[in-house]
Amino acid sequence: MAKPSDKVCDLPDAVARLVRPGDAVALSCGLEGMIPYAAAHELIRQKIGPLTLIAPISNISFDQIIAAGLAQRVVAAWVGNVSTGIGYNFRRAVEQSRPRPLEVIDHSNFSITLALEAGARGLPMAVGRSPLGSDMVRDNPHFKKITCPHSGQELLAIKALNPEVALIHVQRADAQGNGQGWGATGFTRQAAMASKRVLLTCEELVDSEVIRRDPDRTLVPGILVDAVCEVPWGAHPAPVQGYYDLDNQFYLDYAAATRDEGSAQQWLAEWITGPGGRADYLAKLGSDRLCGLATQHSLPTAPVEYGW
Amino acid sequence: MSAYTPGEIMVSAAARQIQDREVVFVGMRLPLLAFMLAKETHAPNAVGLFENGVLRDQPAQGPIITMGDTPNQSRALKVCGLDEVMSLLSGGRVDLGFIGGAQVDQWGNVNTHQVDTPKGQVRLPGSGGGADIACLAGRLLIIMNHELRRLVPRVDYITSPGWGEGPGWRESQGLNRGGPAALITSLGVFTFVQGRATLASLHPGVGLEQVAAQTGWELTTAPQVETTPEPTTKELEIIRRFDPHRFWTA
Repeated sequence: MAKPSDKVCDLPDAVARLVRPGDAVALSCGLEGMIPYAAAHELIRQKIGPLTLIAPISNISFDQIIAAGLAQRVVAAWVGNVSTGIGYNFRRAVEQSRPRPLEVIDHSNFSITLALEAGARGLPMAVGRSPLGSDMVRDNPHFKKITCPHSGQELLAIKALNPEVALIHVQRADAQGNGQGWGATGFTRQAAMASKRVLLTCEELVDSEVIRRDPDRTLVPGILVDAVCEVPWGAHPAPVQGYYDLDNQFYLDYAAATRDEGSAQQWLAEWITGPGGRADYLAKLGSDRLCGLATQHSLPTAPVEYGW
Repeated sequence: MSAYTPGEIMVSAAARQIQDREVVFVGMRLPLLAFMLAKETHAPNAVGLFENGVLRDQPAQGPIITMGDTPNQSRALKVCGLDEVMSLLSGGRVDLGFIGGAQVDQWGNVNTHQVDTPKGQVRLPGSGGGADIACLAGRLLIIMNHELRRLVPRVDYITSPGWGEGPGWRESQGLNRGGPAALITSLGVFTFVQGRATLASLHPGVGLEQVAAQTGWELTTAPQVETTPEPTTKELEIIRRFDPHRFWTA
């Protein structure tokens, strides 16, 4: 774990330092919201692979990494485009091994959450009932049927997951990497605790006093975090509560552009590998588009007393 | 042209399955609209759970495409993680859950993983929370377009278990509750009798032959097949408020 003073850095440096070929990477842990697209795009720019990708519902972040030829395995409950359904690059990889073969370990949202929770607790397995009866349980190395020694019930032993690195986006963090996120969190908490390294991106880097005034909101404590990068709009086109909403048109355009392999590669070149970094990507989107997505109906929370 | 779309009558039929004060595990698309509609009409005290970690008892503050959209989290009763909402489901606190899929069979098994076609196997996105809802919710509602390729005798892959192979199957798999209660399609509504899909109502203007032709299993019908009530003007107004561009109901 890095010393606190080393944690604040540029995103390209953080990705280069923390994500390595062969790693299992947890990302998009918040389901449709708070997806760390800036970090995902950076690992595509740096061509870091092959990777194992871990998420519940990754939306198109997995589809893009797969298109770049950097994924060898996904461990996930759902891979596609939430606005339209199919992830075409995922399909091509599974059906035609293009651009490279892809192994898929199927989970449900609950079972993959339990797998990370077991990993977070330092246990080799979790116990669950779902998805018993599903074909996902057949020939899946992550599920084994067991009999409860207390009740005699038939249950599932779900193999623990301990990713090498988690990529997590939050609203705000301090220089020590104490990350505060609000809104639905999916399995972000479990992924941070189960992973050996954590790369945190945030909309705003704030003074530590802001964190200390509201410790309930600390989703990822700095003791788990190796690098923290300030990346405004770092989750676009996913929504971030209090900052911006879903850019649905982006997902629709992505679906249309990725139906065939050639145009999918053009899309990657246009939006990810072409732009030199997140600033170029945002400039390409344009300020009018971003303004239209920014939070327009302010609703601050009621303050709570946290004195003594 | 009809005054409503097949999507809109599916939403209206699905909303009627939600009773007041029920805790509902809401999916996206048509089920989400059905929940919104039920809330605004006969089930004002129903509470919705979204698997990303949102618990809310009011419709979203504005139109949404995904459950993570900001208007769906603003003014929620609780936001949390997958672990908490899934524990409510696993602990038996959820009365009703919705799912859709690419294929359903006569036992209400649902496939969202892979479909065998003459050109080879087509890979679909997977379970998401669908299998969890099918395993653990008090009762399951399945909602999908009525096409011969979707209503098949036997799904190519069981993602979300229904009644499996018939009575007793769920227990044999270790599933201690739940199972499909209804299948709502673009042509009619099936209920499950002894685990088998049984046609209970036809949407207005739909004939039995049309349903039989688009159903991959030998049709079983209720003693009296009803006509599904048309969505009312008020219902349509509410549905269109939440789906203003008919993104889901077109």
